[in-house]
Amino acid sequence: MSYRNDPYDPKQAVLLAPESLESAVAEAEKAFATAADLDALTALKPAHLGDRSPVSLARREIGSLPPAAKSDAGKRVNVARQAVQAAYDARQAELEADRAARVLVEERVDVTLPWSRRPRGARHPLTTLMEHMSDVFIGMGYEIVDGPQLELEWANFDALNIGPDNPVRGAADTFFVDLPGLVMRTHTSPGQVRTMLDRQPPIYIVSPGRAYRTDELDATHSPVFHQIEGLVIDEGITMAHLRGTLDYFAKAMLGPDAKTRWRPHYFPFTEPSAEFDVWFPQHRDGPRWVEWGGCGMVNPRVLTACGIDPAVYSGFAFGMGVERTLMFRNGVSDMRDMVEGDVRFTTNFGMES
Amino acid sequence: MKTSLSWLREYVELPAGITASELDAALTNLGMEVEGIVDQAGTILGDLVVGRVLTIEELTGFKKPIRFCTVDVGNPEPQEIVCGARNFAEGDLVVVILPGGELPGGFRIGARKTYGRNSNGMICSAAELGVSDDHSGIIVLPAGSAPPGVDARPIVGLDDVLIEVEITPDRGYEMSVRGIARELSTYFDVPFQDPAALDSAAATAEAPHPIVIDDVVGCDRFAARVVRGLDPAARSPEWMRRRLVQAGIRAISLPVDITNYLMLEFGQPMHVFDLDSLRGGLVVRRARAGEKLTTLDGVARALDAEDMVICDETGPISLAAVMGGETSEWQEGTVNVLLEAAHWDPVMVGRTARRHKLFSEAAKRWERGVDPALPLAALQKAVDILVEHAGGTVDPLVLDIDNVVPPVALTLPADAPSRLIGLPYTGAQAADLLRKIGCEVSGDEVLSVVPPTWRPDLVAPIDLIEEVARLGGYNEIPSLLPPAGSSRGLTPAQRQRRSVGRALAENGYVEVLSYPFVSPGTVDALGLPPADPRRSAVRLTNPLSEEEPLLRTTLLGPLLGILKRNLGRGRRDVALFEAGTVFLPHLTSTAPPSLGVDRRPTNAEWAAANAIVPEQPWHLAVVLAGDIEPAGWWGAGRAATWADAIEAARVAIAAAGIAETRIAVRAAEHAPWHPGRCAAILVDGEVVGHAGELHPAVLTALDLPKRTSAAEIDLDALPEAPVVDAPRISTFPPALIDVALVLDRTVPAADVQAALAEGAGDLLESVSLFDVYESEQLGADKRSLAYKLTFRAPDRTLTSEETIAARDAAVAVTSSRFGATLRGA
Repeated sequence: MSYRNDPYDPKQAVLLAPESLESAVAEAEKAFATAADLDALTALKPAHLGDRSPVSLARREIGSLPPAAKSDAGKRVNVARQAVQAAYDARQAELEADRAARVLVEERVDVTLPWSRRPRGARHPLTTLMEHMSDVFIGMGYEIVDGPQLELEWANFDALNIGPDNPVRGAADTFFVDLPGLVMRTHTSPGQVRTMLDRQPPIYIVSPGRAYRTDELDATHSPVFHQIEGLVIDEGITMAHLRGTLDYFAKAMLGPDAKTRWRPHYFPFTEPSAEFDVWFPQHRDGPRWVEWGGCGMVNPRVLTACGIDPAVYSGFAFGMGVERTLMFRNGVSDMRDMVEGDVRFTTNFGMES
Repeated sequence: MKTSLSWLREYVELPAGITASELDAALTNLGMEVEGIVDQAGTILGDLVVGRVLTIEELTGFKKPIRFCTVDVGNPEPQEIVCGARNFAEGDLVVVILPGGELPGGFRIGARKTYGRNSNGMICSAAELGVSDDHSGIIVLPAGSAPPGVDARPIVGLDDVLIEVEITPDRGYEMSVRGIARELSTYFDVPFQDPAALDSAAATAEAPHPIVIDDVVGCDRFAARVVRGLDPAARSPEWMRRRLVQAGIRAISLPVDITNYLMLEFGQPMHVFDLDSLRGGLVVRRARAGEKLTTLDGVARALDAEDMVICDETGPISLAAVMGGETSEWQEGTVNVLLEAAHWDPVMVGRTARRHKLFSEAAKRWERGVDPALPLAALQKAVDILVEHAGGTVDPLVLDIDNVVPPVALTLPADAPSRLIGLPYTGAQAADLLRKIGCEVSGDEVLSVVPPTWRPDLVAPIDLIEEVARLGGYNEIPSLLPPAGSSRGLTPAQRQRRSVGRALAENGYVEVLSYPFVSPGTVDALGLPPADPRRSAVRLTNPLSEEEPLLRTTLLGPLLGILKRNLGRGRRDVALFEAGTVFLPHLTSTAPPSLGVDRRPTNAEWAAANAIVPEQPWHLAVVLAGDIEPAGWWGAGRAATWADAIEAARVAIAAAGIAETRIAVRAAEHAPWHPGRCAAILVDGEVVGHAGELHPAVLTALDLPKRTSAAEIDLDALPEAPVVDAPRISTFPPALIDVALVLDRTVPAADVQAALAEGAGDLLESVSLFDVYESEQLGADKRSLAYKLTFRAPDRTLTSEETIAARDAAVAVTSSRFGATLRGA
């Protein structure tokens, strides 16, 4: 087609013929479809969309047409050109999508490979259980009190109506030290004594923490153990409030089916006193009552010793063993597991208990 | 306290078909801890029948004589049984367990060949059946007891229900059949017959034996009777022996068994003296310092001036209320006895029992409180049983020195029980409940309550309220939540401790809770210098292990022990932390002021008392050994080093809410750390702890891996986490510029960084060390530290001139302070 440089020759308008344009589009579509990849497609572009492509040459022929025919021919060329371009774009999008998909396939890795380059630590389940228990009480409007573990005998015993002749004050139960008037606290209650000495009611507190008794370590005893003990002193506090509190707490810790059962008991610091069991349906060995702790109404003698008028205020106190709770709640069968610090035990619990 | 249902039934009309679980529930709801309820019918399985011995063939040639018997057990064919006992004859009725049966303790009976004969079953002794401790031979039943083949259980007393309950220390009256029966009568609302309601002989003007009470505080009642001419060979009747065995008490002799029996039935401990071995009159008094007494258990005891003793002319012959003495006790052949029933001061008895470590059945009862109204009734029943079984003559004279103070009336507002219990008890209901337990109650709005003599525990209105709650039933009390308190949530220190624990756990450390007990050698192993305050520790006077009597002054001792345990169990890479208290005694110690319980201590008294309490700050410690980052398919691991320990301390402090800018680290020499690899950790310029690699000598002493590192900080020394000021975030671009400084090697990097920050001024956003370089070219005592400085202005894009000027200002401070030069400059 050497006549393309002669725009004035009407013979040359053959490229503008509808069948020529259709054939140009058809050929372009066919060529693009055969392009195997983007490079091949790019290589085809000049032949079908370049300056010397059939549709571009056809456009040049428009000038040779009579003015009346120009408009119509222009439209036809544009339609053809757009069709070629669309075919090109469609194929390009297709090939790009193919390439992206291929890259994803090529970049596939084994996501099951371990990546434990920074081992996780863990918190001791007794710690997290005490925090959990504390949080339930905070939600009920309590505060958490701490206190010294090496404690004044007065706060650990006398103020709690545990008189000098009470056998628990003997060396067979209590750790004594080479400083007069001090013992390793045998319960966390002296923390409550300290609170009562510090402020007047209303008092809503729990004291979680360590306590000490001279038991040899075995599967169910430890000379060092943890308790959480609660104390409420306010006007008009009754045993019904104590029961409600323990029931609520039991459900919060052990599920909606948990409930408590009381057995009359004796504690010097409370009267009336009870031991309480909790119904624990999820127990590893089947649903059952489990001994959980002790409770009662604060003995007026305790209030008097701590500067609270028993004629105005009444209150309740309760306490349970944290180890004991962990044992039945989480199925720990041996106290020593909680004591020895074997990382395999603790890591099992992670950040919660 | 162990007893039996049949004994209780003598005094309380319990429902006929009461089951073990109903009994258990009743006792539990009354406040007794049920240790066990055993239906004896179930203790022996299979056929236990009466048999008549038809023939006995003596087998010889064995180590001991053996009998081959044929026994009629009600079957057409006689049973062949081999028996080792010899206390029976042809025609005797015996108790036979047939093959397939099982004796207590899981002892199964089968048909077997023994001593060359077939033995189909066993002829039983009382001990084998568990009904008494009599091992002397097999049971021979009285002739005509029952025909062969019938169930032998009811005949030998195996139709009872044994009950064992734990009694709380306030309820001495429950340490008796009398007390438990009375409690059950209130529970089931059935009639009760008081065993002590007897026609007892009253005191006579003259005493059967001269007795003087020297101390009526220690002994407020002393009663005695005398019986002469007993048959010394008389044995206790079978029913009494059986009940003693059921109660866990050994049968000894008729007079002693009677006192034990009545102690169980009435709750009144008694003592029996051999009248003929008493030298002159008796005196009841406190012991004198230096006096000695050999008690029945054969122990020679040095007496205390607080002990009460019963003396004759030879001196103390009995440790009153606790245990008799050897010289005056009933013995084989005793024919004349003096029976004593007294009432002793519970506090005295408790102290004496603890002092001499003699927790006899009597002492347990005295300490809990015994009814002082019992002595004459107990003596009456004792002499009655004694004479019935051993003959003899009761001296008509009765001694009773009675100084008992009767119970005083307590005042109880009628609405007090309902106000405390939360159930609407009326005054009348409360009065009814109190009457059930023996109180005399009068009054209406205000009740006047006289407790019964057997309830010395009822001394205050609250004791009465407890009884109302208990008898009304604890499980009747409704479940209500109290009005909500007003909580401020966790304290700042509590929040810090939680955050620190979480942060360390998230950084790979595993929490442990070690015992605070340490050995005196720990501080030596840790290489603490002689004057180190951590060498001054509180000592337990009664440690569980004599090897670990001290309370820790540093967490590291116990924590390193747990590290070692983990390593010993095959773990190579271990990172542990512990947050807990250490115990730091004051240099001087005095006894605290004596504080009473009748009122609150004054503030001054309380402060003085607290002044002696050792400081017990919360510490945090970490220890690391092995790799902190493990090796894996990705490549090599990274060993834990001094730097990780220091970083752990920084992590913890940052988690406590202290800004990084307030934390500083500087080189320190502090045991037990390596002097060249130890950092003091500072907050606001105050040292709060140390971290780094442990001293090689310490690691050798403790047999720990090389390079083991540790940190310990005082959490209580950390300031409270402040309210954090929000930063202003500039949206303008940063300007980054690196500087490499050449300095003396001894200049701490932390100081250089601080100097850069100080010199760079407000435009500095951050500074980070990205390279530490040493070379021969720089010189042996030099090193290069390369920092990346990031500058940014809050309100504009910085020009390069500004940035360079700030950089130069930063470098200038390092130059003037440390002689730093720009590398390559």
